Amino acid sequence: MSEVLLEVRDLVKHFPVGGGFFSRSDAVVRAIDGVSFSLHRGETLGLVGESGCGKTTTGRCILHLERPTSGQIIFEGIDIASKSERELRLLRRHMQVIFQDPYSSLNPRMTIGQILAEPIKVHRLVAGRAAREARVSELLTQVGLLPQHAQRYPHQLSGGQRQRVGIARALAMEPSLIICDEPVSALDVSIQAQIINLLEELQSRLGLTYLFIAHDLSVVRHISDRVVVMYLGKIVEVADRQALYEAPVHPYTRALLSAVPIPDPKLEASRERTVLRGEVPSPLTPPGGCVFHPRCPMAEARCSAEIPRLREITPGHWGACHLA
Amino acid sequence: MATLLEVKNLHTTFLTNAGVVRAVDDVSWDIQEGETVALVGESGCGKSVSALSVMRLVSEPAGRIESGEILYKGRDLLKLSEEQMRSVRGREIGMIFQEPMTSLNPVLSIGRQLTEGLEIHLKMTPPEAQARAVELLGMVGIPDPARRLAQYPHHFSGGMRQRMMIAMALACNPSLILADEPTTALDVTIQAQILELMKDLAQRLGVAMLIITHNLGVVARYADRVNVMYAGRIIEQASAAELYANPRHPYTLGLLRSVPRLDEPRRARLDPIDGQPPDLTRLPRGCAFSPRCTYRVERCAEAVPPLVALDAGHRSACWECERLVKAQAA
Repeated sequence: MSEVLLEVRDLVKHFPVGGGFFSRSDAVVRAIDGVSFSLHRGETLGLVGESGCGKTTTGRCILHLERPTSGQIIFEGIDIASKSERELRLLRRHMQVIFQDPYSSLNPRMTIGQILAEPIKVHRLVAGRAAREARVSELLTQVGLLPQHAQRYPHQLSGGQRQRVGIARALAMEPSLIICDEPVSALDVSIQAQIINLLEELQSRLGLTYLFIAHDLSVVRHISDRVVVMYLGKIVEVADRQALYEAPVHPYTRALLSAVPIPDPKLEASRERTVLRGEVPSPLTPPGGCVFHPRCPMAEARCSAEIPRLREITPGHWGACHLA
Repeated sequence: MATLLEVKNLHTTFLTNAGVVRAVDDVSWDIQEGETVALVGESGCGKSVSALSVMRLVSEPAGRIESGEILYKGRDLLKLSEEQMRSVRGREIGMIFQEPMTSLNPVLSIGRQLTEGLEIHLKMTPPEAQARAVELLGMVGIPDPARRLAQYPHHFSGGMRQRMMIAMALACNPSLILADEPTTALDVTIQAQILELMKDLAQRLGVAMLIITHNLGVVARYADRVNVMYAGRIIEQASAAELYANPRHPYTLGLLRSVPRLDEPRRARLDPIDGQPPDLTRLPRGCAFSPRCTYRVERCAEAVPPLVALDAGHRSACWECERLVKAQAA
């Protein structure tokens, strides 16, 4: 297997809540509670789960937009936490992010050309204005836009075109890792496939590595080599794409897969589905034992008492369930 | 089965800075009693405006229902006075919106929001309305309903709020519910809960339902019949089974092909629909889909294709429909 580009070790992020200036409160939201995984060069790792499971916070910790409570993030062999802000800036060039909402992540007062040229200027990637403009044209072409788009403003573009600009902005830094945080979920169905194909083309052309954060399981299956499933701040299952979708070991993964409606009325009519009871508990007071046990259709007595360890069930397929 | 709602040649426009936008452009569809019908399409296709037009909630003066008929149990809703219309909204036709947080009143208790309609429409006394509210919350699966009545929307999670919206829509025993993207803002597992609940209640109470969504999977599971919209027009109409088995419009076909599916082997590449979504202020003269269409011929740019019947209950608005059918069969 190729080299490890990113390793996340026992990552924990707690957010203190409540309590004003005078009243101290000890309540914490356990957004991420001991998450470990690694990402190989050239691979796409899918990170799925429902809102509040900690997938976005994990991405933000890797980008150092949040300081982890504990744990290590090792990128290109360097422990991020051990670096100063200055050294980090250099390192961060190699990891970029694509956000969900192409409407709010582009400055409305800048032209597309200015948006793309700014990071190139800041990081002094190419010298001189002419070279910068040439680079902007190249970037636009790379993401399927025209060099003329450099003169436009974000509001003059459609959602799909804006997301292409977001991708071009990430590429401007010549990154090795791109964290894609729900990159297609705000787009129309007919445009989603365009953007997914573009991301795949760029990956094979430029040798990019993706951490693909999403809640749409069909999209994640299409784009990922391996998939991590999170629930309430913890990893419940990790496996190769095929193993995860064909033989999921965790009851939560199984419920997620059965909840996805399939565009085929005949199939839907005959399909058995597990509808989970209840809702995701508050990360302020996560349940004891297995965090999933209050909603689990298979839960036994020990599930509420013992925390299941993430263990290798078959080679390369990890699950955190007593019953797997 | 009798026809419950019939929308005929509806035109709804909006006046914008860029000119008049025909958000709903000569659209006709109907719902039979007890049936679930879907309006499917992408943002800006006119599906929500269609529902708002039925309720006469298009915001004036920018928005205007220009012409058409909306026959509910044979009565044209467009001819009713505002007073009469108020007795239709909530009483005869209930509505569920996408964003339960923005469509509930944050400063009124859950109980009050439920009892208000009951007292006004059904002339219930406050204790009667209270009892009915408890029953409704129980029916939509909210635990401990009596205690919940005193709470406010911010005490509820997203899924609970949507259950509350369903309870409100059902409160006065309507014959029809318009559900505009009822589960889009919810997580997958909660989405499944809410949809199963809606389906179950609609069946049990015999309520007809219009589901507005962009999710082709949701349509496949819950709708009896489907209307596919693009740029303000219906471009294909069929039973759900027929539409998915034999799509007869290049746009429908393109949509179905562009989504990755969990039940099929993974494809190396997805087949997207090329181009950008239509700009309603600058639509081409002919078929609005023609700039993105792989079946395009000269005629498509010149004249808008009418929605024509192909076989029982299946209609498509495409000049090149025959060629598409042949290509599909091959």
